[in-house]
Amino acid sequence: MAARVRALETILTEKGLIDPQAIDAIVDTYETKVGPRNGAKVVAKAWSDPEYAEWLKRDATAAIESLSYTGRQGEHMQAVFNTPDTHNLVVCTLCSCYPWSVLGLPPVWYKSPPYRSKAVIDPRGVLVEFDLTLPETTRIRVWDSTAELRYLVVPMRPEGSEGLSEEQLAELVTRDSMIGTGLARAPGAG
Amino acid sequence: MNGPHDLGGQMGFGPVAPEKNEPLFHADWEKRAMGMTIAAGAMGHWNIDESRHARESLHPADYYASTYYEIWAKALEVLLKRHGFVQSQELEKGRSLGKGTQPKRVLKAENVAAALAKGGPCDRPVAGEPRFQPGDRIRTRNFNPVTHTRLPRYARGRLGVIEAVRDGFVFPDSNAHGKGENPQYVYTVVFTAPEIWGDGADPTLTVSIDAWESYLEPA
Repeated sequence: MAARVRALETILTEKGLIDPQAIDAIVDTYETKVGPRNGAKVVAKAWSDPEYAEWLKRDATAAIESLSYTGRQGEHMQAVFNTPDTHNLVVCTLCSCYPWSVLGLPPVWYKSPPYRSKAVIDPRGVLVEFDLTLPETTRIRVWDSTAELRYLVVPMRPEGSEGLSEEQLAELVTRDSMIGTGLARAPGAG
Repeated sequence: MNGPHDLGGQMGFGPVAPEKNEPLFHADWEKRAMGMTIAAGAMGHWNIDESRHARESLHPADYYASTYYEIWAKALEVLLKRHGFVQSQELEKGRSLGKGTQPKRVLKAENVAAALAKGGPCDRPVAGEPRFQPGDRIRTRNFNPVTHTRLPRYARGRLGVIEAVRDGFVFPDSNAHGKGENPQYVYTVVFTAPEIWGDGADPTLTVSIDAWESYLEPA
C-alpha cells in the first residue's frame, strides 16, 4: 500500500492537483493541534461551570466553539451527559463518523468492523472488552452517528475530584470516556 | 445500498481489541492517504456523500480485507478516475501521462488551517415546518436502494420515537449521486433494543439514529 499511495501522490503532484506541503500541514494539524485534549477541556469546563454545562447541553456547537475548537467533523455537535442511571456510547455503524474537532482522528478500533457491528447489539459486551462492567440496572443509550451530528459523551465527574482546578480535571478525562467506552479516571489513579 | 459498510448487528468479526497507547498513524503512507483524501476533496469536484459511497462500493471482500486508510486510498482512486483527474494507466505506471480535468481549486499549505477550521457544514434552510415533533411515534421506512442511503438496515421498518428535531441537512441519498442537496429536516429517533433485535434483547438498551424526514412515516 505504501508504494500505491506514493504513486498516487506523485501523480497528483505532477498534475498540480495537490500541494504536498498542504498534506504535511493537514497531518501536522491532527498530530499536534487537534486531539482529545480539546474534548477533555470541554468536559472539565462543564464539570466546573454549571452555566457552561447547561449551554453545552443546549447548544454544544456554540459552547465548544467558544473554546475555539471548531472545524471539520465538528460542525454540528451534540453533547450527551452520562448520569448515574444512563451510560452513553457513540458509534458510527456505517463508516467512521467521529467528532474530530474535539477528539482528533479516531482510533483504529472505532473504524473497524468488530466495534461497528457489536456496539448497537451488544454494547455491554463491547464495554467489557474495555474493562468496563456497568451495573445491570444502568441503562445504555447508543448513539449511531448516521447523519452529520457528531456526539461528545460527557462522562460523570469522578468522586474525590472536588476542589481540583479545570486543568487538573481535564487530566482525568480520557478519550475513551468521551466516546463512552470508558469512564473518567479517579483522582490519583494512574 | 446494502453494502459491506452497513455493519450494525453483524456478527463474527471477533473482538474489538483496542490497542494500548495506539499511535495516531501506523505507517507514514497512512498520513499521506489521509491528507490526500482531504486535499483532493478540497478541489470541490465531489462531496462527502459521494466520497462515502465510493468507499462502501468497494467489493465486500476488498472492504473487509482493507484497513480504514486503505479503504480511503482505494476510494480516492475511484473518485479521481470517475471525475477524469487520473486514468488507470497512470495509476499502473505511477506517473502522470498528461492533463486531465482541471481542478476548480487547489488547497495550498497556507490555507489548510483556515479550511480545516471552517470544515464543511451540511445544514441548510428547509422550507416549511418539520413534519414530526419530539414524542411522535414513527416507523422507519423499509427500502433497499441500490444507491447511497444513511438508513442502516437494522433500523429499517422499525417503530421508534422522535427525540429531537434537528436542522435541515443535505440529503445524502441524492447528494451522493450528483442529484442535488435537497435538504430535509433530520430527527434523532430512538428505538428500544427489543424492537430492533427481538427475542432476548437487552431491555435496558436503547439505540438512536439520526434520520432524514423521508426515512420516516407516522406510526
